[in-house]
Amino acid sequence: MPSSRKLTVSRAMSEAIAQEMRADPQTFVMGEDVGAFEGVFDSTLGLLEEFGEERVRDTPISETGFIGAGVGAAMSGMRPIVELMFVDFIGVCMNAVYNLAAKNTYFSAGNCKVPMVLMTGTGGGYNDAAQHSQALHATFAHLPGLKVVAPSNAYDAKGLLTTAIRDDNPVVYMFHKGLQGLVWMASPAGAATEVPEESYTIPFGEARTVRSGRDVTIVAISMTVHGALAAAEELATEGIEAEVIDLRTLVPLDRDTVIESVKRTGHLVVADEDYRSYGLTSEVITSVVEAHPDYLKGPPQRVAMPDIPVPYSRPMEDAMLPNAERIASAARHTTGRG
Amino acid sequence: MSATKDDLLWMYAAMVKARYYEDTMATVYMEGKKPKFDIGAGLVPGEMHLAAGQEPCAAGVCVHLRNDDTVTAPHRPHHVAIAKGVDLNRMTAEIFGRVDGLGGGRGGHMHLFDPAVNFVCSGIIAEGAPPAVGAALGARMNGRDAIAVSYVGEGAPNQGGFHEALNLAGVWQLPVVFIIEDNSWGISVPKSKSTAVADNAIRAPGYAMPGVRIENNDVLTLYDAAADAVARARAGQGPTLIEVETYRYYGHFQGDPEIYRPKDEVKGLKAKDPIDRLYHYLMDNQITDSSDLEAIAQRCREEVDAAYAFARKSPEPAPEAALEHVFV
Ligand SMILES: Cc1ncc(C[n+]2csc(CCOP(=O)(O)OP(=O)(O)O)c2C)c(N)n1
Repeated sequence: MPSSRKLTVSRAMSEAIAQEMRADPQTFVMGEDVGAFEGVFDSTLGLLEEFGEERVRDTPISETGFIGAGVGAAMSGMRPIVELMFVDFIGVCMNAVYNLAAKNTYFSAGNCKVPMVLMTGTGGGYNDAAQHSQALHATFAHLPGLKVVAPSNAYDAKGLLTTAIRDDNPVVYMFHKGLQGLVWMASPAGAATEVPEESYTIPFGEARTVRSGRDVTIVAISMTVHGALAAAEELATEGIEAEVIDLRTLVPLDRDTVIESVKRTGHLVVADEDYRSYGLTSEVITSVVEAHPDYLKGPPQRVAMPDIPVPYSRPMEDAMLPNAERIASAARHTTGRG
Repeated sequence: MSATKDDLLWMYAAMVKARYYEDTMATVYMEGKKPKFDIGAGLVPGEMHLAAGQEPCAAGVCVHLRNDDTVTAPHRPHHVAIAKGVDLNRMTAEIFGRVDGLGGGRGGHMHLFDPAVNFVCSGIIAEGAPPAVGAALGARMNGRDAIAVSYVGEGAPNQGGFHEALNLAGVWQLPVVFIIEDNSWGISVPKSKSTAVADNAIRAPGYAMPGVRIENNDVLTLYDAAADAVARARAGQGPTLIEVETYRYYGHFQGDPEIYRPKDEVKGLKAKDPIDRLYHYLMDNQITDSSDLEAIAQRCREEVDAAYAFARKSPEPAPEAALEHVFV
């Protein structure tokens, strides 16, 4: 019988990488502090020890250089897993991601492949201010040519990362710092889960219905899944049964699961830690309304980061981030019970 | 050129103040984060990068600056902010995330802005260098003799933006002084494993500017080199690159387990403490006496204590205030 044990997201990620590195010598990791430090957010635990400096490479603080090098290595047959420590730092190296990784397959009519994983830490909630706290999901999802993944728990983190490493396309793997299970940062109880020891994949583009309910559909991703579940518990005490859907991947986006749920509930709330405008929340709502203008019986709701840089001070940040309370109040509003 | 007594005592005060500020912060930062360290809990929000040991880099350069000179600082900014004359009360309140902070609690420890003394900072590595070039360009286009100083750590010269800034300053012969604070660590990665050359100053000729390397965290040799660089910049003779060997006493951030660092490294560095060395220089050369130096130190401590008291008393901002100031 296959065995499993409870792991943090960071352990699950590290295990996925180790298993793929054992299986395929073309796989390697590079990024800042991925070696002796084992990743600032523990995403490369034990890897230096097992695989050595050649395959677990600490880089200089040269994101333009080493992410561009990741693209080149991928196109020459390697399978690089490149870490961008905080997603906010994409500002210094976006070109390699959106002009090279995202486009080279298309330019070459599929003759060139870019099997690279860019894994990167997202999210706020620990008062690190606007250059270290963004989610930026939509920044990547908006750009054709990138698959975009954002797990909410350890089981998904391992399976999705394994799929990402085996994918022949560039995948942006966005892990939320507050879900990693770091000793120095709190994470929600549901983030660490049972994780099978053996390797497994989770297909991209398949959302998971985390909780069933008949009254309102709450669509969430990454950290907001935990807020949505807490909101659903709260709503249940008021007689509102919420269905919670964890999208798991932004690209490809599982529109069908959302539409099927909204068909039954008639109400939709979308929660995302990324900025409110031009983002995942609008995309999901539009996907439903465009296909089935008649399904919604109340105004769809977006619960997201307001269109401001993420503030530093704790009371400000707490008031701006999407949380259970705001998700619940959006659900009450759309169902006409609040 | 050797430093005047006034300048020496000014530097001593700037260094003592910065050291006491950081040592105080090391304690205050842990309030509410013990026994289990949680970065999101406690009195002071967010990450914390302290610069104890790096004071010469700030004092030895800023002693030559005026209020209208611009300084861009990185994620480890307190010592530089102090030497540049940033309002200590409002800076501390900002680090506490309070309403009286320089940014009303919006920016925090890595994003301190004090336009009264033209001080800015950013948490993105090397990204202060190009704006320093822009500040220098603006000064020159307006016929002012103000200059700009860009501070970065030794990790930053491995960024493209750093080199683009040097080239711009070189080709346009702008009044910029680039300071690299070489504490030999970029988080856990030693300079020897991240940088192809041991001495970044040798890169300067590639951008048509002089390059100087200051060894041993020595504020006096830095004072001289910075005096030349600032004078040249002010006289329209173009930019200079100065790399300073310096020491990082604390971890990269507070809470850093420092598993990567040799056990006795900090002990060895503290044995060569730059503040102690300046103290002995001032005493041995009979520039001043111990009671004078103690009086200076006392004034610095009082000023810092007052700033922390100010920050503690300042109220938390109203949550809705987060929505203000995206545009003006
Ligand atoms: C563009 C960018 N990449 C990575 C980081 C994460 N980071 C913050 S500080 C740091 C190390 C900086 O080293 P150094 O420049 O030597 O300065 P020090 O911390 O030693 O003062 C890194 C990698 C960042 N803030 N910005």
